[in-house]
Amino acid sequence: MLKQIEGSKAVAEAVSLCRPEVICAYPISPQTHIVEALGEMVKSGRLAPCEYINVESEFAAMSVSIGASAAGARAYTATASQGLLFMTEAVYNASGLGLPIVMTVANRAIGAPINIWNDHSDSLSQRDSGWMQLFAENNQEAVDLHIQAFRLAEELSMPIMVCMDGYILTHAFERVDIPVQEQVDAYLPSFEPRQVLDPSEPISIGAMVGPEAFMEVKYLAHAKQLQAIERIPQLASEFRNIFGRDSGGLVRTYRADDAETMVVAMGSVIGTIKDTVDEMRDEGHRIGVLTIVSYRPFPLEQVRGALLHCRRFLVLEKSLAVGMGGILATDVRMAVTGAGLKGYTAIAGLGGRPIFKSQLHQLFRQAEKDELPPVTFLDLDRDAVNRQLERERQTRRSGPVAENMLHDKGIVSAKFG
Amino acid sequence: MGFQTIKFYQTGTYTVGNRLLLPDQRSVQAGESRSNSINSGHRACQGCGEALGARYAIDAAMAESDNRLIAVNATGCLEVFSTPYPESSWQVPWIHSVFGNAPAVATGIAAAMKVKGKKDVRVVAQGGDGGTTDIGFGCLSGMFERNDDVLYICYDNEAYMNTGVQRSSATPPAARTATTMPVGPEPGNPFGQGKNLPEIAMAHGIPYVATATVADLRDLEYKVKKAMKMHGARYIHLFVPCPLGWGTASSDTIRIARLAKESGLFPVFEAEHGEITGVLKIRRKVGVEEYLMPQKRFAHLFGSHSHPEMVIRIQEIADRNIRKYGLLDEEAA
Ligand SMILES: Cc1ncc(C[n+]2csc(CCOP(=O)(O)OP(=O)(O)O)c2C)c(N)n1
Ligand code: SF4
Ligand SMILES: [Mg+2]
Repeated sequence: MLKQIEGSKAVAEAVSLCRPEVICAYPISPQTHIVEALGEMVKSGRLAPCEYINVESEFAAMSVSIGASAAGARAYTATASQGLLFMTEAVYNASGLGLPIVMTVANRAIGAPINIWNDHSDSLSQRDSGWMQLFAENNQEAVDLHIQAFRLAEELSMPIMVCMDGYILTHAFERVDIPVQEQVDAYLPSFEPRQVLDPSEPISIGAMVGPEAFMEVKYLAHAKQLQAIERIPQLASEFRNIFGRDSGGLVRTYRADDAETMVVAMGSVIGTIKDTVDEMRDEGHRIGVLTIVSYRPFPLEQVRGALLHCRRFLVLEKSLAVGMGGILATDVRMAVTGAGLKGYTAIAGLGGRPIFKSQLHQLFRQAEKDELPPVTFLDLDRDAVNRQLERERQTRRSGPVAENMLHDKGIVSAKFG
Repeated sequence: MGFQTIKFYQTGTYTVGNRLLLPDQRSVQAGESRSNSINSGHRACQGCGEALGARYAIDAAMAESDNRLIAVNATGCLEVFSTPYPESSWQVPWIHSVFGNAPAVATGIAAAMKVKGKKDVRVVAQGGDGGTTDIGFGCLSGMFERNDDVLYICYDNEAYMNTGVQRSSATPPAARTATTMPVGPEPGNPFGQGKNLPEIAMAHGIPYVATATVADLRDLEYKVKKAMKMHGARYIHLFVPCPLGWGTASSDTIRIARLAKESGLFPVFEAEHGEITGVLKIRRKVGVEEYLMPQKRFAHLFGSHSHPEMVIRIQEIADRNIRKYGLLDEEAA
């Protein structure tokens, strides 16, 4: 059913259609509207049977989910940013135990300095946690990915994060086709756990494993993600058959035929990139887009396949490997090892810094002419950075960094109009 | 009240003799149908109070729940010694997640049982004093506050034993641990620190809170069974001597536990909805020295470089407990 609806509400509808049995809620922007909406559904009896638990922390949210999932219940929670870091120990534990929990990550920057706006640092910090990570381009895809995520997680008995850009998607009202229950029921069978705490058949879950078997247990998680590379496109095509639209998959290309330059990115910024590419195509530029939907597992072959025909690629990412450069870019470079392509990284949009088409036009044109340095920081105010560095050279007690920067920048509205 | 109901005790041990009791009053451990929830063959040290306490507690919970029990374990000695891969001592469905989240994992299981309509399946969570009073404290308080249907058992051996005897917030004053060494003018753990978790649990107003020791295993069984008859959040704080960490003889575990109770240092009581409903009286009052002296962790209080002033302060703690909880019969007082 078509609705004009907030992204968070739409996701809550999708999660509810997946018949979750235990939902853990803890507030953190920009995820909060999702669990608020689910709470209302459970309390009103619209979503039943379901236990909605107001936990005391994200660490508890993930831990309660672990218990619920190990006891055979379909478990869901949502978080972002500091919340994801706060639950990290349990995040690794859930995947290590092989529990198919689904969690929405409303992507948000990580402090300090504390910042509530969107970038991808939070879920990317959990890159190696053993969780799969699927990135939504828009709210329709966010809805659809949740439905696919429960199916995939439970098939493989591994947890999944569905990542959607904080505010840009979670708080945006757009047209979304909300599936009906019959469709979701046809796509998503009830949860049959591989391991379950059951007094009729007692098992021990979570025993200590020494050097004799630890490698194998860890490799299993890797093997599961390799299986997911096979299953994700199949599940997307099954999804198309039932729901009548394309959503998910490993990667997607846009105007890539004959492209000499390919822009690679994840999440909602793809929309701005596509618009820019459309305009450049109109002017005759041979430029295309590669969207990465599945960040983990990382589809090396598919990325390579999508890029091999081009001359150069530019990875535009909302994350930073401090002391190195790009996080996503490293993976993309790995995928095209030995292919002789020129590769560029643009770090953009950290902490919610807006990414404008005008900036992208300039950036893409520079890339086309191979005039970019290996790593570019889009819209970085180098003067402000240099002023702070100078201050630190001159004064030992140079003061708190963030405060100095804000002081230098003046009133924020002066910059953004 | 000048008298107590008479019970029959075996000579010297104060343990009620099974043969003198009606079959339904006998110890779970004495019954053929005991579940052996934690099977023999585990790797606990000889004389481990935690292994003993856990065995009695979980078997009693099994008996009371008609063997429909799921157990959660925080990281710690009990978890490590019971499940060295690929072996497990646990005859009940059992899960270990991480160190600080056992109460929350248990909440999740209880929620799953509720949503699936499995009303008969009960949930017990367990952790050491470190896992309970320190790192798992937030999750524990959350579980209490929501009144989740979980019985939580804390095995209090008064330090982080699994990592080699470091101080926790349950370590008593003056005790030597690897991080509170018996050096300097005030050797051992400082006075005036630590927290009283049973009272904090009571402050949550939860249906049931009890303390117990492995010296009185019948009392422990009674409290576990009573807790299992109730629903909502319940807490049992069990005093379990650790021969390795305390420097006591393996054969002395029960005696040391009894001295902790008989000195007043470890008050044994039960409470419902935040109010104390019963106290196990001291039967033969002893001075704290009698409890402290057999333990190497307190050796620096005695002998050539003794610290009598610290012993006096410990005695004051015991006396305060005796007054506060009414541990002595008026007659004996
Ligand atoms: C987050 C985390 N911090 C520290 C540890 C290390 N650790 C494992 S067991 C343990 C001590 C457990 O002490 P306690 O809870 O009192 O149980 P005991 O071993 O004494 O029975 C510690 C510190 C850990 N496993 N996880
Ligand atoms: S160290 Fe202490 S608690 Fe741990 S197994 Fe040995 S006696 Fe038991
Ligand atoms: Mg301990």
